[in-house]
Amino acid sequence: MNRRHFLRASLSALLLPHAAWAQPAGYRRLLILVELKGGNDGLNTVVPHADDQYYRLRPRLALREVLPLDARTGLHPALEPLLPLWKARELAIVQGVGYPAPNLSHFRSIEIWDTASKSDEYLTEGWLARVFAAHSAPREFAADGVAVGGNDMGPLAGSGVRAIALNDPAAFLRRARLASPAGKGYNSALNHILRVEADIAQAASRLHGGTSFTTEFPRGAFGNAVRVAAQLAANPAGVAAIRLSLGGFDTHQNQAPIHQRLLGELAAGLGALKAALVEAGRWDSTLVMTYAEFGRRAQENNSGGTDHGTAAAHFVAGGRVKGGLHGEAPRLDDLDNGNLRHSVDFRSLYATALESWWGLPAPGVLKGRFAALDLLRA
Amino acid sequence: MRLALVLAFVAPLAAAQGMGAADARHLLARTGFEARLADVDTFARLSRRDAVERLLAQGNGAAVTPAPAWVGEWTDPRRVRAMDPDERKLFVREQIERGLELKGWWFSEMARTPAPLAERMTLFWHNHFTSSLQKVRSPALMYRQNVLLRRHALGNFGELLHAASRDPAMLVYLDAASNRRGQPNENFAREVMELFTLGEGQFREDDIREAARAFTGWSIDPASGEYLFRPRIHDSGEKTVLGRKGNFRGEDVLDILLAQPATAQYVAARLWREFVSPQPDPAQLERVARVFRASGYDIRSALRALFMTEAFWSSANRGALIQSPVELVVGTLRQFDVGYGDPLPFVLLLRALGQDIFSPPNVKGWPGGEAWINSNTLLVRKQFLERLFRVEETRVVMREPAMREKVDTLKPGARRFMVALSEIEFSGRAWLKPFEGREAMLPLVLLAAAPVGQPAGEGLDIVRALVADPVYQLK
Repeated sequence: MNRRHFLRASLSALLLPHAAWAQPAGYRRLLILVELKGGNDGLNTVVPHADDQYYRLRPRLALREVLPLDARTGLHPALEPLLPLWKARELAIVQGVGYPAPNLSHFRSIEIWDTASKSDEYLTEGWLARVFAAHSAPREFAADGVAVGGNDMGPLAGSGVRAIALNDPAAFLRRARLASPAGKGYNSALNHILRVEADIAQAASRLHGGTSFTTEFPRGAFGNAVRVAAQLAANPAGVAAIRLSLGGFDTHQNQAPIHQRLLGELAAGLGALKAALVEAGRWDSTLVMTYAEFGRRAQENNSGGTDHGTAAAHFVAGGRVKGGLHGEAPRLDDLDNGNLRHSVDFRSLYATALESWWGLPAPGVLKGRFAALDLLRA
Repeated sequence: MRLALVLAFVAPLAAAQGMGAADARHLLARTGFEARLADVDTFARLSRRDAVERLLAQGNGAAVTPAPAWVGEWTDPRRVRAMDPDERKLFVREQIERGLELKGWWFSEMARTPAPLAERMTLFWHNHFTSSLQKVRSPALMYRQNVLLRRHALGNFGELLHAASRDPAMLVYLDAASNRRGQPNENFAREVMELFTLGEGQFREDDIREAARAFTGWSIDPASGEYLFRPRIHDSGEKTVLGRKGNFRGEDVLDILLAQPATAQYVAARLWREFVSPQPDPAQLERVARVFRASGYDIRSALRALFMTEAFWSSANRGALIQSPVELVVGTLRQFDVGYGDPLPFVLLLRALGQDIFSPPNVKGWPGGEAWINSNTLLVRKQFLERLFRVEETRVVMREPAMREKVDTLKPGARRFMVALSEIEFSGRAWLKPFEGREAMLPLVLLAAAPVGQPAGEGLDIVRALVADPVYQLK
């Protein structure tokens, strides 16, 4: 943000009526969600390398070499690019994230995560969509949220949210003139299209062409998505939330090389994200969180892979994050039908983003009380 | 012009006995890809029932577009594993090229088929019994699966379920090869219940575990790429599936699933969302499901019942569904008689729009509905439509010697793409000719419901405005 922008923003904030004060204050802090599509194998990501049971359950897939974090826990070697964050204590690893009565279907379980529902509760609006419907980002923002890459809006899907999907900001701005936001709809499909047209027009009027960084971004779709996220973070008009995704984690077969490549892409991408956000002066005002529909079965299957499971470890990173291990390592000697029991409800991660990061009340959006985790420095 | 537009929607002039132009437009576009003026005129004279019968009689279960030359070829995976790195690289590159060619083949079949309903159903089953080139990696197997879906597209669902379940591409896609006695892989057993037959919530985790045992031994013969049952890795013990006990084989489990009323309800609901509206009417849906089940899963019977529901014809449901990328692109080319040589640009366009045929995102297929449209895909749709109307200009530019020289310097892939673009043909004037004196038919033919904007102008300008209207995205 340059000086003039800053002045204008602070002055206009002074002019806002009182009620508006409470709402948007927190959205100067950015939330970036990274979806690990297909269900990441938590046990081979954050590895209980001192647990004999781990090697018994996974005679072929157990990792013999890890990056040790402590006497019991280690990271998959492909995650080496995350070690600088870990050493700077800016990387929190939350173990055992899941929910009660887990569902093992990809589609149902990601719906549960995207809508922050109970296992047997069917909600249609994404959890971030509900947040922004109740507390929208300031008008001068380009959008409440942006989904980068991927074909779905995930937690941003819903009707009360200003959300756009974006793969390439420059192409978006070139094409945005084709949007025709005027007109009145008469059914839900048409209303959806008109809303998208209006969101395009709004975002296009606020975004500019893109920042260039000295940071080098990894090649490939995920590296590109990280670049777009960094550009959005650096944009003066701002967005409050960004969702990135990395696909291919459904490793039923021949998991070892596939998982190695995916975790490598993830770690390189997150490393580049930090570098670019530091460059843009946004690292201290950004919170990055991974999520996925589930982890995988504790025992390997007969195809050198793992079947759908339940709880898994997730990463939380940022300049204000309290690094270290959080939650509890899953117990491999106390499985539930072959699956890991969760120790942290995923909605506690969301509560952390809502309450501790944005300063918003969480129980309404999450439809219940979930304790925020102690993941942030004051 | 404005008045005529309103009239076209408020008071469609029904012919004496027939259903009239508005109903004909609706039926043709909903069950096919587009409604051309000549077809609208023909169908307008039919009753709804006769028109539905005529659609159901279309198609003979085979494609009209000649298949690529290599579809009968099969390379033993053991031979692939034994290739040296260079040979393997060439092999992989060839498979990727064939994958693109396969997508182009299907695209052209959709663009040219004389049986659009059968084609829509082939695509519907591709999205039901999903498999993806991404994982199957053999264009030949994916072609064979398409032939199978096409043959059964308007046939019998029970036969289709049995055939699709042992289809080689499906066996690869859902890991049949690693489902063995003592170490079952549950992937197929889960999806056959959740996505192919019963739907979510109609079975328990135990049913999946037990069913997976019944499917052990289903495999592919590496020498031929055909289905092969391997008794030695089949678990012949007793299983309990949905309350029934027996030494089931996979076929028995499929029959148990077909005997559940939930299967007809689930498939009928998916058909409803494809053809009628986003939210099924429970009573009308139940009638369709009953007809479907009572007919022994005859797909034509289900469609006949569906197309004769009140909801199908209800004016509130006109324009209530969002066109899929395939429907939008194929329908637009068919509507405007767009000519092309190489289908590559359209194959890539479908990918950019989120419907990469032969490569659905996951086993659940494309979610469809409102998920088709976000800010990115909507702009790509609009850009495609806008450029189509500038094709005549583009062709002139592409023919200029300077431009041709530039194209010649491109890499082969990019050159192919540019040449393909230059071959796209559309003549607005010729297309508009049959509308002379019948301009009021333009909005009726092009839009599923009243425009939200105020399309104005003359000739091609009004066509361009109608196509740019948000309602053009609906069906």
